[in-house]
Amino acid sequence: MKLGNMLRDALRALLHKPVTVRYLTRAGEMVSVPERYRGKIVYDKEACIGCLLCIRTCPSGVITTTEEKKVSFNISRCVFCAQCAEICPTDAIRLGSDFEIVTSEKEDLIVQ
Amino acid sequence: MTEKFDEVKEVKVDYTRLRVPLGPVHPALKEPISLTVTVRREEILDVVIRLGHVHRGIEALAETRNLIQTLYLVERICGICSHSHTTGFVQALEEIGEIELSDRSLHLRSLIFELERMQSHLFLIGIMAYEIGFDTLFMFTWYEREKILDLFEEITGNRIHHSMNTLGGVRWDLSPSFVEKVNCSLNKIEKSAKYIQEVFQDKTVEKRLCGVGVLDYDEARELCVVGPTARGSGVKVDIRKAYPYAAYSELKDDFSVVLRNTADAQARTQVRILELFESINLIRAILEKLPDGPIYKESVIKLMKKIPEGEATSLVEAPRGELLYFVRTNGKEGLWRLNVRTPTIPNVLGLKPMLIGSEIADIPVTVASIDPCMACANRITVVDQDKRETIVTDLKNLRNRGKKQ
Repeated sequence: MKLGNMLRDALRALLHKPVTVRYLTRAGEMVSVPERYRGKIVYDKEACIGCLLCIRTCPSGVITTTEEKKVSFNISRCVFCAQCAEICPTDAIRLGSDFEIVTSEKEDLIVQ
Repeated sequence: MTEKFDEVKEVKVDYTRLRVPLGPVHPALKEPISLTVTVRREEILDVVIRLGHVHRGIEALAETRNLIQTLYLVERICGICSHSHTTGFVQALEEIGEIELSDRSLHLRSLIFELERMQSHLFLIGIMAYEIGFDTLFMFTWYEREKILDLFEEITGNRIHHSMNTLGGVRWDLSPSFVEKVNCSLNKIEKSAKYIQEVFQDKTVEKRLCGVGVLDYDEARELCVVGPTARGSGVKVDIRKAYPYAAYSELKDDFSVVLRNTADAQARTQVRILELFESINLIRAILEKLPDGPIYKESVIKLMKKIPEGEATSLVEAPRGELLYFVRTNGKEGLWRLNVRTPTIPNVLGLKPMLIGSEIADIPVTVASIDPCMACANRITVVDQDKRETIVTDLKNLRNRGKKQ
């Protein structure tokens, strides 16, 4: 590479805006995620008919049955493949845009 | 007194063979591999390669799950070539169940395949730059890779584990607005790829890469190395041309196999850079030809029930080379046997002839130049401790093992 090119690149890098984005933890100020992003599971209990197809296809054993013939999700085991959302006949399960799921309370990671 | 100082002492250094252990944990290595290098001064005389530090038992785990669950399990064999693994697995299942796919889903499979190839090649080009101490280029290359990962996130919803494949098709469709976005990103990436190509022809880079890790044509043929490692040695192997899968039979004229004859680390890097352009051409051709139609057939559960007992082998060209899947289903939604031959298994054998005769300082560059993925390549050998014998299994034994269970 020629010296001129190198100087041009160095100057451009100096004047360029940083490519990194600031991480803001307040809701509403966070980085926007695309429409199809697979985040924390959102469960509509009313729509669930208890067919348990999601349990049969879940690859990591996230989903368990409850006494009232509905399901509960343990997000700490989830791999976010969205197979449960795809198989659900009533669209009771969908994967939301929430990616901030780190918590100190285990109960926060259970969706019912 | 003076006499004593004038006396020249003859220091005798014994330049005999020294055995230097390198790894499994070593700053020069990205993943655990154990190299025992025998050296005389700086020259490498012999290398003993040992794998097996990150064995995860995925093949055995797959036998305890149903087909859909295994689909997401095989995706996690490798993060960089996750789409190749699912394609290999799903193709084998579709062969057993005689499921026919729509043209659109095949084209979308190829599209994600090529995007993944670009992502993987940019990843390795960055690693090569990092290994030769050119961190600026490393950052630059990975910044370009980020654009492809953003595309993945928009199309499939995830950066690394796309989960694009499903039984009988693909899971996400490509709308016209996405086509525009992909085209827009491709133009930017093409421009940057030309810049990267220019930087890799710089004298400082060439001095560090030329003549390092030479694996000549005959040795490459003998060791059956695959992918860019073989193509860098002048061996013309490409599954996309030889055994077309997905939509590659229709796209045969839109790409060519890149070959280099110098057989060193520079050649392997050049092959990868030029394949970036081939992938860009392919993606443009796919977007142009993209036929209309459904992207998947019917519910996965129904398809899974239909798959009978049987076995199939499928071959795909992963970014690192040929990837083989052997699948034997039990007809009850499960698997009797899953066998995966990842491209690193043959490529790692090429390390020995590459390293012998070179210098210690070239080890990191040589190891990186084959694009190793150690966790993919860890296999188990059955050792019977009572009889003190090692069992080497072959295809026939593997089949018998499937029948017994």
